[in-house]
Amino acid sequence: MKVVTGACVALVIGAAIFILGKIVISGLPGISLEFLFSKPGMGMRAGGIFPIIVGTLMLVTLTAVLVLPLGIMAGIYLAEYAPKNLVTRLVRLSIANMAGVPSIVYGLFGLAVFVLLMQFGKSLLASALTLTCLTLPVIITSTEEALRQVPSDLRQAALALGATRWRSIHKVVLPAAAPGIVTGSILGLSRAAGETAPILVTGAAFFLPKLPDSVSSQYMSLPYHLYVLATQVPNVPPEVTWGTAFVLVAGVSTVSMIAGAWRSVQRRKVKW
Amino acid sequence: MVMSAAFEEIAMDTPAGAEVQSRARTIGADAVSGSFALSDVSVAYGNETVLAGVNMLVPSRSVTALIGPSGCGKSTLLRCLNRMNDEIGRVRVGGTITLDGQDIYEKTLDPVDLRMRVGQVFQRPNPFPMSLYDNVAFGPRTQGIRKRGELDAIVEEALTDAALWGEVKKHLKKHAFELSGGQQQRLCIARALATKPEVLLMDEPASALDPISTQQIEDTIAELKDMVTIVIVTHNMQQAARISDQTAFMLRESMDEPAHLVEMGETKRMFTNPDDKRTESYITGRFG
Repeated sequence: MKVVTGACVALVIGAAIFILGKIVISGLPGISLEFLFSKPGMGMRAGGIFPIIVGTLMLVTLTAVLVLPLGIMAGIYLAEYAPKNLVTRLVRLSIANMAGVPSIVYGLFGLAVFVLLMQFGKSLLASALTLTCLTLPVIITSTEEALRQVPSDLRQAALALGATRWRSIHKVVLPAAAPGIVTGSILGLSRAAGETAPILVTGAAFFLPKLPDSVSSQYMSLPYHLYVLATQVPNVPPEVTWGTAFVLVAGVSTVSMIAGAWRSVQRRKVKW
Repeated sequence: MVMSAAFEEIAMDTPAGAEVQSRARTIGADAVSGSFALSDVSVAYGNETVLAGVNMLVPSRSVTALIGPSGCGKSTLLRCLNRMNDEIGRVRVGGTITLDGQDIYEKTLDPVDLRMRVGQVFQRPNPFPMSLYDNVAFGPRTQGIRKRGELDAIVEEALTDAALWGEVKKHLKKHAFELSGGQQQRLCIARALATKPEVLLMDEPASALDPISTQQIEDTIAELKDMVTIVIVTHNMQQAARISDQTAFMLRESMDEPAHLVEMGETKRMFTNPDDKRTESYITGRFG
């Protein structure tokens, strides 16, 4: 059994190394300051991806602004205040199911509700709201889990000192759970940054001559641009396509790594 | 000890609730505060009554030990005194509990205010994941004290009272988890003392500690009883005998009936010449 399980691990690690290795080897040669900081040219076959990077950053930032307060507050409610009854169990079940809904379904929901019904049009805002729906279950669940891991001893101690419920959560439980909450948030936002289907129908543009100037502008974005380069434009030089993929993967992993490093510093202080 | 004499008289004829209350007024009328009077106290979890008919006087500035076998409701009774039972759903507390004559279950009384007057130390040391200073300053900050100088003074005083100041005065910025188990528990005592409570509830505070740390905690308790009323739950008979002024023996004789207070009196008498056969059997180690 040890051999079989070990082989599975080796296979998974091998696949990951192969994918990452391929992206680095094929993508890195295409990376230059010019590639990062200039507009695409020649029907996107040359030039850089600056507007695409900016579009992605704006989209993820707007999504974070919308989803983090909502998701973290909901997680706090579920972990700390929700009564233990059937309704709470149903809510929790619905959230778990929301996490399993295919992303194109979120896209169509966003198109129907944010783009058409609420008349935001195809825009950064409509896409960010769609990604908020998609990311919400991850943020809520990870916040709730992180809070549950904080021993109830600490809540009791704070309450016994005359702290109100909120003060005990705010001053003791939340700081202790922060590493877990941050990890969950980064994970959720990384997923949002890499999604193509939901933004395809709610605001991402094939090509735009200028940068988005408000939340109601359309925008260009890395995952969708990658899809365009790979399937919609003939004769794109491979270093442009792979370079774009490299930027997306490097961006997401850099953020994860920073979060991971911060978390391990925090964990060293907090152990039970 | 005038108090324990009055007290024994009561313990012997197990008075009706009204009489406990009137007696409490006479005893609690001392200048010092922090005396509890319990009359006909019962606790129910959902439909199950787990504790019933407890009449008890806790005189101020003394150590009262609650002893009895596991599941006899000692901790449950302790948590009634600072209303920590309120935090568990579906718990009902019956009867009357007064602190210095004031009903602590009165609707107008905020449990948050009560808990500043009645502190608690738990079984397992549970310092907050923050510095020593911030741990001790947590209660005063909750009370709205913000001035650095004032907080510094409170922290020093509380740590001194908990016999920890000498060891940690140069390391107040250290994380609380860097302390040993015994130091952590004394830190928790300091944290509870920092709100200047009248009563300190201790739920088996030394059961998770080594003998030396236990000894230090017991010494601390002996020092503290001039300042606060202490009610301590303990499984350790020797400990109860060593540190307490009066002892209450509780028992739940079967799962079909609630636990009750068998006997309460001056510790020396309880351990040498108890009134009740069951007290004697428990103390001499025949069951429990």
